Amino acid sequence: MSRIKEFNLPDLGEGLTEGEILAWLVKVGDTIELNQPIVEVETAKAAVEIPAKWAGQVQAIFHPEGTTVEVGTPIIAIDTDPGAGPVEQSTTGAPAADLPTPSAASLAAVEVAPAEGAVEPGLIGGPAPGGRTAVLVGYGPRTTAAKRRPRKATGPAGNTAVPTAPVQPTPARIAAAPVTPTPAPAPAPAPAPAPAVNGNGRAGGPVLAKPPVRKLAKDLGVDLATLIGSGPSGSITREDVQRAAAAPAAAEPLTVTTVATSAASFGADREQRIPVKGVRRLTAENMSRSAFTAPHVTEFLTVDVTRAMKALDRLRERREWRDVRVSPLLLVAKAVLLAVRRHPMVNSSWAGDEIVVKEYVNLGIAAATERGLIVPNIKDAGRLTLRELADAMTDLVQTAKAGRTSPADMSGGTLTITNVGVFGVDTGTPILPPGESAILAFGAVREQPWVHKGKVKPRLVTTLGLSFDHRIIDGELGSKFLRDIGDFLADPEAALLAWT
Amino acid sequence: MAKGDPGGPTRGRRAAPRSRKATTGDPELVQLLTPEGERIESVTGPDGTEYRVDFTDEEYRGLYRDLVLVRKLDAEATALQRQGELGIWASLLGQEAAQVGSGRALRTQDMAFPTYREHGVLYCRGIDPIMPLGLFRGVDQGGWDPNEFKFNMYTIVIGAQTLHATGYAMGVAMDGKTGTDDGEAVIAYFGDGATSQGDVNEAFVWAGVFNSPLVFFCQNNQYAISEPLERQTRIPLYRRAAGFGFPGIRVDGNDVLATYAVTRHALDNARHGQGPSLIEAYTYRMGAHTTSDDPTRYRIASEVEAWQAKDPIARMKAFLDREKVADAGFFTEVDEQARREAVDLRERVLAMPNPEPGTMFDHVYPNGSPLLDEQRAQFSRYFESFEGSAH
Repeated sequence: MSRIKEFNLPDLGEGLTEGEILAWLVKVGDTIELNQPIVEVETAKAAVEIPAKWAGQVQAIFHPEGTTVEVGTPIIAIDTDPGAGPVEQSTTGAPAADLPTPSAASLAAVEVAPAEGAVEPGLIGGPAPGGRTAVLVGYGPRTTAAKRRPRKATGPAGNTAVPTAPVQPTPARIAAAPVTPTPAPAPAPAPAPAPAVNGNGRAGGPVLAKPPVRKLAKDLGVDLATLIGSGPSGSITREDVQRAAAAPAAAEPLTVTTVATSAASFGADREQRIPVKGVRRLTAENMSRSAFTAPHVTEFLTVDVTRAMKALDRLRERREWRDVRVSPLLLVAKAVLLAVRRHPMVNSSWAGDEIVVKEYVNLGIAAATERGLIVPNIKDAGRLTLRELADAMTDLVQTAKAGRTSPADMSGGTLTITNVGVFGVDTGTPILPPGESAILAFGAVREQPWVHKGKVKPRLVTTLGLSFDHRIIDGELGSKFLRDIGDFLADPEAALLAWT
Repeated sequence: MAKGDPGGPTRGRRAAPRSRKATTGDPELVQLLTPEGERIESVTGPDGTEYRVDFTDEEYRGLYRDLVLVRKLDAEATALQRQGELGIWASLLGQEAAQVGSGRALRTQDMAFPTYREHGVLYCRGIDPIMPLGLFRGVDQGGWDPNEFKFNMYTIVIGAQTLHATGYAMGVAMDGKTGTDDGEAVIAYFGDGATSQGDVNEAFVWAGVFNSPLVFFCQNNQYAISEPLERQTRIPLYRRAAGFGFPGIRVDGNDVLATYAVTRHALDNARHGQGPSLIEAYTYRMGAHTTSDDPTRYRIASEVEAWQAKDPIARMKAFLDREKVADAGFFTEVDEQARREAVDLRERVLAMPNPEPGTMFDHVYPNGSPLLDEQRAQFSRYFESFEGSAH
């Protein structure tokens, strides 16, 4: 029996197909006990620690942190009898079997994982080693290839799946019939995001897509006729539509890209290919959905905020505010909340036949995190006192930075502020978060020459950019709303006295 | 594997009184052992019932051993799931006292209807703990004989077993098996989330109207998967019973002694023909709902820490230690036994054979059916169409 045991990533939660290695809790050479936590893995359902299946010494770790691994792939090798001397000596009988590298079959399994980009997920029956056929799984949190055992060639149901396929001796590779009559059994993976082949040979026929996918395409403004389906029988899948919708969003200027540039590895063509997933994919979907469906306009207002900054300083000096994080963003949030009270219509969403105006304000704060752009919101922020608002914002930012923002924190936002000023820019034309009708960009506060009481003086000045959904908010309302925010920031005390 | 009945108030009486608090406890939450491990002598419930236990030292130690073993075996099952050996596992971590207390309160003739989390009750009923693991490994459908152990199969459908239990209890009454000290009682386990189910409310109605010999044992572990209790009810759950016409009581579910006392009393009422009652064992699910769940997404760490301080095993250990009922050697021996049984469980799980796929047709009907035979034949042909071995 082999001393070195490879541990395969198990299905950690009822039908999952992959997991991301978050952190290794052991390193090569460590002596570990049975059930000692060895690795933290995040799946679509949960982040969990995996306990060691055997006691022994860690011989090899096959996947670095941050990689997505298919279920069934070896992730670690453990020497279950480290006291018995070096492995090389004890395995003279079977030299290859005990080497601390994944076996050939398991390496091949890594290659076919769609997350690696080696195989287009749409290619049913794509070449898979070991005589296996990669078959699409129709739904689930992530689309990935499943594997099935091959059917016997003489089996009665063996060739019914795709009758137009050329007859080949092994039925394992029948499904993807290349359009080009090249004799190669497997076309080279095309670099284009859409599959290079039409899998069903159905050219000219009706477009195949399930009703929910048609609905999604309609919502995202994607024309199904322009897509090439990657699903069974060439049908168009949800992923096809989302990919098509996300494509134009790649150049979106306001999405804060957090690609790990230090680890950038460029190929021979001096191009790097980064898989679109997780927060990046979500961001892309939301941005393109919003950009395609809500007609935005953006207005700008430059404000002298010197008085407001002095007011903040006085606030910080107060004893009861001593330990509170007081930032200009806090004042902007307060300004927005007060202005919403005067113009409730801006806190609304477009619902097709009706406009939903909300009494509560779930104030979103766009945050750049290591995982990318996320927009958690402060629930019912309009009811909070300034102090409560400050605490909630501090909490929100810390939670986001720690990567612990929950889905509930990010859903249900009604109005959003994006603080692009922290990046040192003056303002922007933000894109509305889906379902919201206004978003305010808060630019950098700089000392600038400004006409103050008839003289040019150095004053603290900022520029606000308000994007709003023109279906709901007319220019007049949008302007008044922005003007009120500006008035508050120019003279918070007076605005408070006048409005509340 | 079967453990003896640790005894009720009627036997194993201990003469010397312990250093007990003179006070009686809170009738809103029956507690006989505080989180610090101090004994409360007795608690008088809202209806005047006095709850107390009077165990021998041996029985106290037995309860502690049960708690530790149940927790260890549960932890081993969780680890086995993480290692890909079980498809899923529903951990009982934190609920050991509620399960051991109520499970040990059952008499041999009493029938229990569990959810899928009652591993502790199962253990107390003398069923080999390997049994549910076959179910969660997907190699069998459970495998124990409900009639032999008086413990029904795990029910996955939330709350459905309360109706099964109600029907069973009605049958017990119709058979005339109630009304004496040796009468039969039935217990139905469910969680706080299940109280929102129609089935459970229907069971309350039927059991109440028919005065069935049934104890509804609700382990309120505060979460219906991710939904907190305040999204399940406006009043404490035990008070719901009043609306259905039978008594309800809340017990500290992390206190094995109080849970034992309250459950024993409710079961005895049932077996004497006094009708159903509802026990709300107030406890906390320390782990995830199942291994497919991530509780950090919906609850905060400080809440978990607060419940950690109420741990059912720690308080029992503190009590045994303080009262010199057990010494360090005993605790070490229990831990060692738990470790051994966990290793044994692991080895037996790993050795479980994969079933022949065709066996899934075996126990559908006692005498088979033509339709099923045809399905079996079809399945067999389909299965034969693959290359290679059967697995």
